[in-house]
Amino acid sequence: MAGETRKSRQPMPKQEPYERVRNFDEVALGYTEEQALAEAGRCLDCKKPLCRDGCPVGIDIPGFIRCIAGGDFGSGIKVIKETNALPAVCGRVCPQEEQCEIKCVLGKKGEPVAIGRLERFLADYEAAEGKAESPALAVSNGRKIAIVGSGPAGITVANDMALLGYDVTIFEALHAAGGVLTYGIPEFRLPKAIVQREVEYVQSLGVKLLLDFIVGKTRTIESIQEEFDGIFVGAGAGLPWFMGIPGENLNGVYSANEYLTRCNLMKGFRFPAHDTPMKQPSRVLVFGGGNVAMDAARTALRLGAAESHIVYRRSREELPARAEEAENAEEEGVIFDYLTLPVRLIGNEQGWLTEVECLKMELGEPDASGRRKPVEIKDSSFLMKADAVIVAIGNSPNPLIPMTTPGLKVGKKGNIEVDEETGKTSRDGIWAGGDVVTGAATVISAMGAGRKAAKAMNETFFPK
Amino acid sequence: MYKVVERRMIVPNLHELVVEAPAVARSVQPGNFVIVRADENGERVPLSVADWDREAGTVTVIFMQVGASTAKLARLKAGGSIPTFAGPLGQETEIGAFGTVLCIGGCYGIGSVYPVARALKEKGNTVFALLEARSNFLLYWQDRFKEVADRVIEITRDGTKGYKGHLTRLSEILTLEGIKPDRIVVNGCTFQMMKVSEATRPMGIKTMVNMNPIMIDGTGMCGVCRLTVAGATKFACVDGPDFDGHEVDWKEFLNRRRTYNPEEVHPLRKSGCASHF
Ligand SMILES: Cc1cc2nc3c(=O)[nH]c(=O)nc-3n(C[C@H](O)[C@H](O)[C@H](O)COP(=O)(O)OP(=O)(O)OC[C@H]3O[C@@H](n4cnc5c(N)ncnc54)[C@H](O)[C@@H]3O)c2cc1C
Ligand SMILES: Cc1cc2nc3c(=O)[nH]c(=O)nc-3n(C[C@H](O)[C@H](O)[C@H](O)COP(=O)(O)OP(=O)(O)OC[C@H]3O[C@@H](n4cnc5c(N)ncnc54)[C@H](O)[C@@H]3O)c2cc1C
Ligand code: SF4
Ligand code: SF4
Ligand code: FES
Repeated sequence: MAGETRKSRQPMPKQEPYERVRNFDEVALGYTEEQALAEAGRCLDCKKPLCRDGCPVGIDIPGFIRCIAGGDFGSGIKVIKETNALPAVCGRVCPQEEQCEIKCVLGKKGEPVAIGRLERFLADYEAAEGKAESPALAVSNGRKIAIVGSGPAGITVANDMALLGYDVTIFEALHAAGGVLTYGIPEFRLPKAIVQREVEYVQSLGVKLLLDFIVGKTRTIESIQEEFDGIFVGAGAGLPWFMGIPGENLNGVYSANEYLTRCNLMKGFRFPAHDTPMKQPSRVLVFGGGNVAMDAARTALRLGAAESHIVYRRSREELPARAEEAENAEEEGVIFDYLTLPVRLIGNEQGWLTEVECLKMELGEPDASGRRKPVEIKDSSFLMKADAVIVAIGNSPNPLIPMTTPGLKVGKKGNIEVDEETGKTSRDGIWAGGDVVTGAATVISAMGAGRKAAKAMNETFFPK
Repeated sequence: MYKVVERRMIVPNLHELVVEAPAVARSVQPGNFVIVRADENGERVPLSVADWDREAGTVTVIFMQVGASTAKLARLKAGGSIPTFAGPLGQETEIGAFGTVLCIGGCYGIGSVYPVARALKEKGNTVFALLEARSNFLLYWQDRFKEVADRVIEITRDGTKGYKGHLTRLSEILTLEGIKPDRIVVNGCTFQMMKVSEATRPMGIKTMVNMNPIMIDGTGMCGVCRLTVAGATKFACVDGPDFDGHEVDWKEFLNRRRTYNPEEVHPLRKSGCASHF
């Protein structure tokens, strides 16, 4: 193969920016078969595949890529599914550039193998073929497991425990399953039909799903414990943080969770066919620089905002969002205001947001996180007009379970404390994992935590 | 799906809805609310619980028809069903041995303050109920209150029943009735809860209000239900919905509730109960 092709990866076909800002369809279209074969051909099939160390669930990456290169897609997907129950999701939303791909040897001289895109290709191939193979159902071992929350952590535990022969029930507070995959990440990045398919897959393994059931409220953990042998808590992130600056309760100020939930879960973008309304602001400022901020800013454009800004206090270098998503946002016309710190929100007589006072920042010495600390420039205050502000600076863990479960140890930030290796909490029979333990993290790390907890639970019931 | 046992209009524009929801019925407490969706495309609407039957597994709510979602609920018939009836949510109302408690209810709050009055009575308090409406034909459940309260007092704006006028007359009514409450609990329209809090502040009587901001999830995830209480941001669905009425920032609260008024064409004004918001 020519040196050039080895160096650079296959580009991802995408909807054109001018087109996609007017719809909610998926932006990235996925590799064609030719592209997948060409990309798989770049992999060196390393003896000591470093890429694998970068994947939190340790997928046999060269293994599945070898299958693609040989044209045997069916076997490829099986290799992935040995360790990852949600390849269609991970292939799309994993921060691959910081996980598996950053470790790939090809990255030293050129571009790393597009591992995530190949993973997505196989998952989509399987779905298109329509013959997702269900693994043989295990014989029931007579034990019952309750799972709180149907996000990636909960789904992973459900999958693993069902395969081991447990009788599994997932309790979900909302009226739809999937956690952040359903209510947070927008349709144009992760189509809800895919999430639905994955949920239906675990249900096909015999997992029961009870929606509209708020553990701690509808029934306490204690009462559930009387009926189940073990409980896994994957309740995810909860209350959004605000900046603590004046004016944050003005009308027109949203948390990213509210904004995205209105749009994704409640289908606000289909108002009035769906009942939940969305405002139509014309100048939107999003505070923050992570994936959530990118999602909010891009959603605002699709809902018709004339201008959508990312207001971030550091520079582009430090942007915590995935590079690919920041690029997508730039292409779509999101305006990035770097080194800008909002300090006050200003409203009119009726309590509606009109302007935001900001300060200009410059980068100083590196701080504890190793990133250069933003320092305000003296007398740099200026005003930005805005009729909507979306605050996307993070969340604390969901408070409901700790609030209603006496004796469950939580940390300072409200996160449930667990043993890192097993996910076991301070209370016997209760395990936990995902965002409710770590604070906002990633899909694959939530799945990794779920996998560890499932293994530990099984070893508790059936010691080796 | 949750089965509708009954749905009837009890007074103009206010409906009683009884739903089969055994898990909710088993754990519900006074002051809790549920999240209801009328159909698959429906909004998540928070409604306070007004009664329940733990054995039969049913829960009762009283709702006012104001917009699209409550209009859909108002069309439900016994035997029908709704996709979501989730709860119980929120902290329960504090039921202590306070001494003398005045429970004030208006609009749908007459319904939701009823289980509060009942529990307070069971706890050994002297309980007075003060029911408020625009006119006599809008009052309901007086017979139920008579069973749990030491006295039931009424006030109507047009004077067709009980005292005439607004709850701004509260201090005068307390004197006339000879009641010295140790605590007041108010459920109902925002405006009324604010007015009562203003009236009781100079009297120094602890006044608990059951706040009703806009909500989506009701589980402490989205942050839309935030309000300022004693200078700090609180989330009504997990920290409340009951708060000390003297500590609530009412101006901000009223503004936030109006966020979607222009979008939601509601027949509210025609109902004559502009104070609902
Ligand atoms: C907008 C947005 C974009 C993101 N983008 C990315 C990305 O590109 N890549 C990436 O890797 N990560 C991304 N993340 C982060 C990722 O989605 C989360 O880290 C991950 O979903 C955490 O999974 P989880 O299973 O711990 O919790 P969640 O996905 O939060 O699921 C928890 C579930 O538990 C339910 N629940 C909570 N309390 C109860 C209760 N008491 N009873 C019953 N059910 C309950 C909740 O309703 C929810 O459905 C993003 C997050 C957001 C918000
Ligand atoms: C904890 C709590 C308990 C409540 N209990 C009751 C009750 O027992 N009976 C009752 O009749 N009403 C109750 N409400 C108010 C009720 O939720 C709203 O009247 C209802 O959501 C209106 O929905 P709609 O679609 O019919 O009207 P919409 O057309 O959606 O709205 C009409 C107006 O209602 C307000 N509103 C809209 N959505 C909400 C919402 N989710 N929460 C609050 N206000 C909203 C807005 O000001 C809007 O402009 C309660 C609210 C809360 C937060
Ligand atoms: S799951 Fe994520 S980290 Fe692991 S191989 Fe796939 S894309 Fe990479
Ligand atoms: S490190 Fe890169 S080249 Fe080596 S096996 Fe992994 S993906 Fe292939
Ligand atoms: S309703 Fe969403 S946090 Fe309270």
